[in-house]
Amino acid sequence: MAESRRYRIFIHVAAVVVSLIFLAPLAWLAIASVSSPVELLQVPLKWIPSNISFSRYEQIFSSSGENIFANFRAALLNSVIVASATVAISMTVGVFGAYAFARLRFRLSRATLLLFLSTYMIPPIALVIPMYLIMVKLGLLNSRLGLIIVYCSFTTPFVLWIMGNYFQTIPRELEDAARIDGCTRIGALFRVILPLSRPGLLSTTLFAFLIAWDEFLYALVFTSTNASKTIPVAIAEFTGRYTTDFGLQAAGGILALLPPVLIAVAFQRYIVGGLSAGAVKG
Amino acid sequence: MSRSVTAASGQARGGTSWWARTRESRFALALLIPSVIVVFGIVVYPVIKTLITSFYAVDSPFPKAWPGVGFDNYTKALSSAHFWSAVERTAYFTFVSTALELVFGIGIALLLYAPLRMRWLFRTIVVLPWALPTIVNGAMWRYMFNANYGVVNAALTQLGLLHAYKAWLSSPFQALNIVVLADVWKNTSLVAFFLLAGLTTIPRDLYEAARIDGVSAFQAFLRITLPLLRPAIVVVLVLRTIEAFKVFDIIYVMTGGGPANGTQSVTFYTYQRAFSDELFGYGSALAYLIVLFIFGLAAVYIRALRSEGYAVT
Repeated sequence: MAESRRYRIFIHVAAVVVSLIFLAPLAWLAIASVSSPVELLQVPLKWIPSNISFSRYEQIFSSSGENIFANFRAALLNSVIVASATVAISMTVGVFGAYAFARLRFRLSRATLLLFLSTYMIPPIALVIPMYLIMVKLGLLNSRLGLIIVYCSFTTPFVLWIMGNYFQTIPRELEDAARIDGCTRIGALFRVILPLSRPGLLSTTLFAFLIAWDEFLYALVFTSTNASKTIPVAIAEFTGRYTTDFGLQAAGGILALLPPVLIAVAFQRYIVGGLSAGAVKG
Repeated sequence: MSRSVTAASGQARGGTSWWARTRESRFALALLIPSVIVVFGIVVYPVIKTLITSFYAVDSPFPKAWPGVGFDNYTKALSSAHFWSAVERTAYFTFVSTALELVFGIGIALLLYAPLRMRWLFRTIVVLPWALPTIVNGAMWRYMFNANYGVVNAALTQLGLLHAYKAWLSSPFQALNIVVLADVWKNTSLVAFFLLAGLTTIPRDLYEAARIDGVSAFQAFLRITLPLLRPAIVVVLVLRTIEAFKVFDIIYVMTGGGPANGTQSVTFYTYQRAFSDELFGYGSALAYLIVLFIFGLAAVYIRALRSEGYAVT
């Protein structure tokens, strides 16, 4: 079905149309971030800014003291730290659990996994009030650690699910061979299974990172200072307070887009392999 | 981990003794304990605490008294017109956005899989909306539909399709549909990648055989692609439905639940009752009702899956 000329033209035209639909809003976000505030409010709108200015980005990166620019910078840093730590912890913890689900026989293993997955169905709004009170008691309010602890609780079930499925696609014989050669189970996990699981590991990492980077409700309720406010909270606050310059919000948005995009593009060729073995198999 | 868990571990080493099995269970327990602590150590207490709170008329984060009210908070919610219209809007949002994401997602997945020139570039472009944080996405669409200087108004008037700038987000139902649009624009990418992953598991020779038998491309899509893609479709449908039913972030940043509560989802309604009105008891009952709705939805899916012999896990 792939050969006809008409088919080839059709898929290329369709791909261009889809690309335009996806790129147009983002292009506008990028343009707005380098346009002057006055031009953004003009009617009729000029689509191409008369002079391009990167001053918003410069200020976000260099401004000192307590202002909106420094807030953005702090929020970016907080998001990077919180999301990276969440990924590191939940991947480490989850890989062992996933191995248990994939390879070991124990009672209620299926029920246990379902119990882990069912936590995904509980909306954060059902947990956030008691969690808030715990955070207050433990002094974890306005701290990155508090967010990391909470985020790990919902990224870990994802790791268990996708990696558990992925490990099952690694032939058992390879592991058995390593164990005959004197490897322990854990040794075989590290020397045989993990090196072969790269697509699964990388796509799970991307998933966990995106979930943590995107999280909003907990961050909104648990953070109010620059010590731990994450980028979604900073951008949402900005919508409420300083509606005059969308350009600055756009610049913040572009910066918030960069880390996940860089990871997604870097890992892109593994995503499909990781998901097909880990998430969508029959 | 489907049927294959039992099958796979069954064949581990034939004739394992009780002792070996106990050792294996202990080892599994040891491997799982960190995950159990990280997940249930955080989740269990709030789950129970919220359930308890839902039976009390608590109206402060640090209540002095705990007046018990039995099921009053629940009956109050279930007899509240506000609650039910929020449920209705959430159901509409969930159904429409998930359906559109699925339809467009299948189309884009097929394109991602097709022999395109510069396929890497197309895949990279499709990843972008997925990577865009929900809050940024909401802020972006809110601004694009701005009544006074939004680009949608600018584009439509300059193309002559609109006479004067329009306040898009000030009519309730239209605002809800614009939120749907923003959600679909972002999440179709995720759906497409999941379905692409499913497509890669379909053996290519099936298409080859169909072609030799003179089956048209469209027939091949209906008879081969769709049935074999079903597990992937179901997984992504479950994920998206649950996620859409919990919708909060995009509404918070795009419309704040307005205008005239036109975009107020159940989660947003719960958030307002609990945090703006400080009705924590009532809010907890609402939260549990949402949990029940989601478990109900999940049960429907799981039944559908079972009847087809698939398992998500």
